[in-house]
Amino acid sequence: MSTVEHKQWSARVRESAEKNLPPEQLLPDEQPVYVHSWIYVFGVLTIAAFAVVLASGVWLSLEGPTWWHTSKIGLFVNSLHLWSVELFFFFMVIHLWGKFWMAAWRGNRSMTWVTGSIAFLASIGAAFTGYLSQQNFASQWIASEGKDGLNSAGVGAFFNVLNFGQMFMWHILLLPIVLGVLVVGHVLLVRKHGVVPPYPVEGQAAFDTGPEAVVDVGASSDDEGGAS
Amino acid sequence: MSTAAAGFARAHKRDHRHVEAWKGGYRPYDLVKEFVVALVVVTLLTVFLAVLFSSPDDQPVTIARWARADAKDFTAAALSELNGTSEVAQYGPPYNSTPDAAQKIGPISLQTIPGVRIPIDTATDLVLNPLQSVAGDNPDLQAALSQYRSASPQQQAAWTTAYGKALDSATVSGGQLQVPSGDYGPVAVIMPAELALARSGGLDGALLATKQFYQTDYTKPILFISGGSYFEDQASAHNLLGEQWGMMNETGNWPGQPWLWLYTFWYQVPPFATSGNADALIWGIMIVLSVVLILVPFIPGVRSIPKWIPIYKLVWRDYYKGMAAR
Repeated sequence: MSTVEHKQWSARVRESAEKNLPPEQLLPDEQPVYVHSWIYVFGVLTIAAFAVVLASGVWLSLEGPTWWHTSKIGLFVNSLHLWSVELFFFFMVIHLWGKFWMAAWRGNRSMTWVTGSIAFLASIGAAFTGYLSQQNFASQWIASEGKDGLNSAGVGAFFNVLNFGQMFMWHILLLPIVLGVLVVGHVLLVRKHGVVPPYPVEGQAAFDTGPEAVVDVGASSDDEGGAS
Repeated sequence: MSTAAAGFARAHKRDHRHVEAWKGGYRPYDLVKEFVVALVVVTLLTVFLAVLFSSPDDQPVTIARWARADAKDFTAAALSELNGTSEVAQYGPPYNSTPDAAQKIGPISLQTIPGVRIPIDTATDLVLNPLQSVAGDNPDLQAALSQYRSASPQQQAAWTTAYGKALDSATVSGGQLQVPSGDYGPVAVIMPAELALARSGGLDGALLATKQFYQTDYTKPILFISGGSYFEDQASAHNLLGEQWGMMNETGNWPGQPWLWLYTFWYQVPPFATSGNADALIWGIMIVLSVVLILVPFIPGVRSIPKWIPIYKLVWRDYYKGMAAR
């Protein structure tokens, strides 16, 4: 590879991707032996539910916002959207709590936690704008009640929950993009850093869990965060 | 600290971004198969729930429906919009600049910072202009609107106050409001005209009307509807009021947004349940808690909770059993 290529942005991006996420790390066919619990399933269940949310949302988008009020098929697709969202949050909250109790931010995995928790908050915004976009009584009431909180924080002046057009665009375009980027980034970080090892067993930690465990053993009990 | 641990700690300090690979054992793990199986399971579960429970779709409240169902409540709300005593008229930013109306967190009012970005003059926008748009072939209404607009604020207040008092003893007959005689000036024409426009459905359209053909902004109609008791009564019947954990509920028996439980919780407890600054205070709390959630890895103490309450031993029980057996 030439020196010129090394200076290229394209070459730098390719080399960075190859260094940080080689194919065998991006899509491994094995995991450390400690990855052996039902709690690990909830991450992939969350992504699967997100896929169903997106698919049902795309179906609703193809027909337009009023379709589901007048069509039995539309009502069914709206029901798929509603229940996939409920499952999405159910799986995500269990995943989040599981990762909390595993202190999954250890070993320079802090950004994995940060992107995941921001994705959780963005999901709340996406669901909220979805409820506002239903065009029924619940939408009216949630808009009427929700405006006070947003206005009190100075947000309502820019994010007007009474403006259906604005909320609809946030729901079907802006927040799905934000959430999609966060989820992809989160998953790539998980693949880059791997699944967090167990808390070390006293006296054996350094040899069994790698440097990330040493942070636990060698520093104060509060020094468990990712330092990156 | 052991010698080996100290060595690793030094290495970590030297290059804190480098994470070495796990040095223990591995086992086969098919991520693609896991995702496909998860997708099939979640899809089937979603279809099952959708078939079994469907989804709610309660009819929205229109101004026409409200005016037909409760003419007196509608007229009282419209009168409060006309004389500037409604909640919206005295709301403050972002709708108007009513002094001291904005909520505060201590001395700080975030509500006032953006200013009036969605200006609403309730008398003009919700009553006078909509009536003006249909007054073309109604000289009595034209004259009444002209008289009201040109009157002094004191005179306007005198008319609306008198009409408001008369509303207490008004009756509804055949959808028409029968108000006892009195000195209401042009308000005696304006209020029945507003009610008639509302009952015909014209006010729903008039509040949406702009210079464009297509409309998507329901700020005015929802603010108007929220000023009456009818809307709140409907919400109460659906257990949607604030004191009923309303923000996280859905109409009927469907699950709403249970993930909003913590936000809704604060509205149920003192001092927030009775505070005039409840929204600002609760938003302040939730913003702080959200930041704490995001920054858990960096907050001493908080990030150590999982170590102090060792639920992780349950998650990794097989691993620890294996370690103990060595």
